[in-house]
Amino acid sequence: MIDTSLGAVVPVLVVAAGAPFVVGLTRTLKARLVGRRGANPWQPYRDLRKLLGKEPVVSATTSWIFRLTPYLLAATMLVAALVIPVVTSRPVLGFAGNAILLMGLFLLGTFFLALAGLDAGSAFGGMGSSREVAVAALAEPTVIVAIFALALRADTIDLGLVVERLGREPSLALNPAHLLAFAAFFIVMLAETGRLPVDNPATHLELTMIHEAMVLEYSGRYLALVEWASAMKLFLFMTLLANLFVPWGVPSTAAPGALALGIAVLAVKLVVLSTALALLETAVAKLRLFRVPELLAGSFALALLSVMAVFLVR
Amino acid sequence: MSTAIYGLAALASLAAGAVGLHGLLGGAWTLTVPWLVPLGGLELGMDRLSGLFVAVVAFTALPVSVYAIAYDRGARSGMGAYLTFLGAMLVVPLAANAITFLLAWELMSLASWQLVARERSGGRAAWVYAVMTHAGFACLLVGMLLLAAGTGSLTFADWRAAAPALDATTRHVIFVLLALGFAGKAGVIPLHVWLPLAHPAAPSHVSALMSGVMVKLGVYGLIRIGLDWLGTGPPWWGVVVLVAGTFSAVIGVLYALVDHDLKRLLAFHTIENVGIILIGLGAALVFQPVGARELAALALVAALYHTVNHAAFKALLFLGAGSVLHATGTRNMEEMGGLIKRMPWTAACFLVGSIAIAGLPPLNGFVSEWLTFQALLQNLSVARPALNLVFALALAGLALTAGLAAACFVKAFGISFLGLPRSEEAAHAHEAPAAMRAAMVALALACAGLGIGATLIVPPLAAVAAELTRGARVPITVFGGVTVRVSGDFASVSTLTVAAALGVAVLLLVAGVRLAGASARARVSDTWGCGRIVQTARMQYTATAFSNPFKRVFDFFYRPRRRLDVDLHPESRFFVRSIAYESPTRSIFDDWLYTPLMAALGRATATARAIQSGSANLYLAYILAALVAMLVLG
Repeated sequence: MIDTSLGAVVPVLVVAAGAPFVVGLTRTLKARLVGRRGANPWQPYRDLRKLLGKEPVVSATTSWIFRLTPYLLAATMLVAALVIPVVTSRPVLGFAGNAILLMGLFLLGTFFLALAGLDAGSAFGGMGSSREVAVAALAEPTVIVAIFALALRADTIDLGLVVERLGREPSLALNPAHLLAFAAFFIVMLAETGRLPVDNPATHLELTMIHEAMVLEYSGRYLALVEWASAMKLFLFMTLLANLFVPWGVPSTAAPGALALGIAVLAVKLVVLSTALALLETAVAKLRLFRVPELLAGSFALALLSVMAVFLVR
Repeated sequence: MSTAIYGLAALASLAAGAVGLHGLLGGAWTLTVPWLVPLGGLELGMDRLSGLFVAVVAFTALPVSVYAIAYDRGARSGMGAYLTFLGAMLVVPLAANAITFLLAWELMSLASWQLVARERSGGRAAWVYAVMTHAGFACLLVGMLLLAAGTGSLTFADWRAAAPALDATTRHVIFVLLALGFAGKAGVIPLHVWLPLAHPAAPSHVSALMSGVMVKLGVYGLIRIGLDWLGTGPPWWGVVVLVAGTFSAVIGVLYALVDHDLKRLLAFHTIENVGIILIGLGAALVFQPVGARELAALALVAALYHTVNHAAFKALLFLGAGSVLHATGTRNMEEMGGLIKRMPWTAACFLVGSIAIAGLPPLNGFVSEWLTFQALLQNLSVARPALNLVFALALAGLALTAGLAAACFVKAFGISFLGLPRSEEAAHAHEAPAAMRAAMVALALACAGLGIGATLIVPPLAAVAAELTRGARVPITVFGGVTVRVSGDFASVSTLTVAAALGVAVLLLVAGVRLAGASARARVSDTWGCGRIVQTARMQYTATAFSNPFKRVFDFFYRPRRRLDVDLHPESRFFVRSIAYESPTRSIFDDWLYTPLMAALGRATATARAIQSGSANLYLAYILAALVAMLVLG
């Protein structure tokens, strides 16, 4: 009983509390890489606190959808934290729909955020919404085919069981086909979380912007929730990548000691991934919007190759 | 007058729904009235599959008829056609011999054609519909006659017994003919051309029935020929259905994305959703002959579940579009906007329908798409690489469809209901009357119930699937009352849990944000306009602009053309008098299939005119020649 409640509370807390740090760490590392000092990694927490205290300005054009969306968006991320293996390989809501549910939850958040972008009736919001849903829609096939590739190897679509199976049999996790799926998933993560080269999270002043244009109307506590939810989405995607493709050190029970170990291992994996992300974002420029589909088509091809590899080696 | 008739239709639907449910739960019966129709008489038979489709027709027609009481108030004609249409749709799934089936089928087509043709905008739509539906009917007629000739009977029960013994070529020919006929009715690409013309042209309550229910009877036919009348076929039948389904799903939603006529957009989504149903059915038809009967049953449950769901949310969306049309007098999304303020009920119901059709958790579309995904994901237990590749691509197609559908309904809901009104009519729109609201709310609740109550819906559908797969064990179990488990440990889903978790999370967040010391106030002001003072509706993003990224990415399917006319002042090119911009999209099916087909048909008929001189003597000579030829050949 205690284990179950720990298993329910700890992942949510880890994701909710850890997400801003991953964003902050990536920003700090990026600043250092280009020779700036940058803010320290805790800066996003201060930003969130500041935003929470401010009075939001809401456009008179908007409807209840605009006000509901930040809460619903953050809620989808919190529920997602219970669906995927975060600190243990037996997530509490693992039975509720698994990988397809995860895609559904992310898409539900995107759906409402895109509606909120249209709600204020400004051209910025519409532009952002249109582009965000286009990128999200084009990323879907890669996600499902990459998941299929993993499910094929592990003989289950239960993400937690995939982690356990791959952890037990390193030959499954260390073969080239698995790396192809990793590459495909990594590109999808960049697209879904609005990172370079798909979107630039550092600015909302370009006409090529996507996510930042869509949330332009938000301020105060609403903006705090939206920013926090975006950070959680990045955190969840990174966790998924880390645990599915480096499946070691994920405990299968929610006993206090195991949880502590799980958190420590996850922290190490995420620091490594954040560094990789910072390096990548420093090295590449943003793609033109209409080149993004080519990138996503490339990631789809990688995922499909990963599936084909399973048939060939069987 | 119209009130009484639509009220009667609602009551009749309720009764028919009860009969259908009884059949779905296993109450089989037969009814024969030999004298009523020639060639075998009227023969009706109820089994679980028939019961399911009767229930789908009836329980969709119930709210639709209530809606029509207000929507079609004061109408003086068209009610007869409506009742005939409804009655024929209830008889089609019950028909137990070819004559009854074909009569009901044709009556259904004619009544719906009449309802389209009555409309002012229905001219061309009705013509195309008539041509396509009769081409389909001809295929059905020939296919059924071949089947009857082969088995020596017109009753479906005899077909079931004798058809598996027919030689392979005959069965293939019959399958292809019947599949063409049924797929035409279901709106499968490339036989879909009539659907986006006819469905929007009909009055909205009829559109809801045509899109929500009538196309499903095409699916019903496909299920019957694929699994029942002809026995188990070779895997390629299933591959054909699976591929056709995948193409219909992806291409249907792509055309919906660039269409800004609200009802036509919904019609294209019908093509998409029939595609999703056929992905499930096709998977079942592939699994059944290769020995994976449990998976066939699972795929079939997914297809049937999506059939039920689509009836609920598509009827809801068409009724919503009807309310908008009723309030603003337009179907063009570019003239809408801000309706959520003036039509809160319609907007909320339309939003529920949008979430459901986009397959987002925890509503009903999510459950059936989830089941379809699970059926496809397990294809590896069939060890045939070529089939596995087809399945992998179908998976990708289904995922792309889900993403694009979500994008399309962001457009449909966001442009129509949010932002500022783009026309006078939209600014002065009014909420729908009570009967229309009640119908929409009922369907919205149905969408929620079919999603959250998945554990109650799955067992009867599993029983249908077991019956159709000849007693296969359906690998779906209900666990703990809230979870649906698929294939033992493979996967499970619990929409009730998801809904509850989302609800709790939202409440916790509202309380948490308050506790974290957030400001509880909010200032209402203008939308940020980059320093401009006035915000007008023309500054908003339009539906055309919204769909532009898709237009550019998938330009192969749209073949967009851009026409830009800038009228410059003759004195100086720096003064622009007017700018005209147009970017029409075309359909590759019109360009590459139907236009050449119609041209060839035109040439053929022109050639045939050579033997038609108008001389009666010559015609008599033709008859004589034909008679002699037949006698000699016979």
